Amino acid sequence: MVEITGLVKVYPDTRALDGIDLTIDSGKIYGLLGPNGSGKSTLLKCIAGLLRPDQGQIKVFGQRPGRVTKAKVAYLPEIDYLYRWMTIGEIINFVAAMYPDWREDKVDELLKNMNLTKEQKINSLSKGMRARLKLVIAMARETELVLLDEPLSGLDPSSRGKIVDMILSEFRSERQSVILSTHEVGETENLYDEVIFLDKGTIRIMDQAEKLRQNHGLSINDLFREVFL
Amino acid sequence: MHYVKEGGESLLKIEFDKAQPIYLQIIDQIKKALARGSLNPGDKLPSQRELALTLGVNPNTIQRVYREMEQMGLTETLRGQGTYIKQGDDLVKMVRSEMVNTVAENFINEMLALGCSKEEIMTLVKQLLDKSIKLKG
Repeated sequence: MVEITGLVKVYPDTRALDGIDLTIDSGKIYGLLGPNGSGKSTLLKCIAGLLRPDQGQIKVFGQRPGRVTKAKVAYLPEIDYLYRWMTIGEIINFVAAMYPDWREDKVDELLKNMNLTKEQKINSLSKGMRARLKLVIAMARETELVLLDEPLSGLDPSSRGKIVDMILSEFRSERQSVILSTHEVGETENLYDEVIFLDKGTIRIMDQAEKLRQNHGLSINDLFREVFL
Repeated sequence: MHYVKEGGESLLKIEFDKAQPIYLQIIDQIKKALARGSLNPGDKLPSQRELALTLGVNPNTIQRVYREMEQMGLTETLRGQGTYIKQGDDLVKMVRSEMVNTVAENFINEMLALGCSKEEIMTLVKQLLDKSIKLKG
């Protein structure tokens, strides 16, 4: 569903992506792993159509990322974009109006699983609750590609557990793929079909998670530590 | 982590050693449950999705577990009804003896690697066995 060749993205002070070749197949959960500054967010933004590549090519469902592909891709940004003065219900209505694939019937269930209610005000939510709400918004859409940028970053263990559980329970392995970026591998270890280690804008390791465990005799978490620490 | 099979009995208790492929560990646990009799021929296994959620692993991993078990002849899938442990007394015997042999072989190999003689191993095994039988009454 995604084909990337020779992708380069340059910021004034750094080459954020320095020649990425990558194919994303349907029906898998991909772990996009690397330390801060390795290019994970930039890569996801390029796939989401929020950044233009400086060199190389990206095809999402056979097309250049843009208006058409955005309608088919759910993207959870790392930043906290929720308007503080709104209630959860207002945010939900606001977002629902933007997406034709919004599953109104699903939202209540997802909110309930995350211990959230529509009456709550955003500015009364903890960081963990806001992160959970962002995931609800990403998962309430019926998309074939889900991009999750650091969904666990800086959260308490209970929120992290809930987020991992929801990714698992909502993942549709027959027709969907998820790319999840994180620099904290431990709790997401069991989620991955495929693992991509990103290092200073290049792919260091890319393989099936089970194969890596078998070949290195290490968990993905330990392999990550060995490679990056 | 726990999985409770239909009827409420504990089937799998998995603390993943993540340095090994996860699908192999799950198959191993299912075989152990068979060997010790907490899972029996004819028992229905949970749906793939259900097991994935209970164990907190990717559904594709569970799909692989079920595929490999079927290839090994451990299970059979009845269309529209689910996956069952295959009928037949031989199956449990086979699984059990395979697992017992593996444990014994590993033990012997490690003892030999430590430079133990045959007599030493035999004596030690006998001593330890007597002791643990006494302890358990």
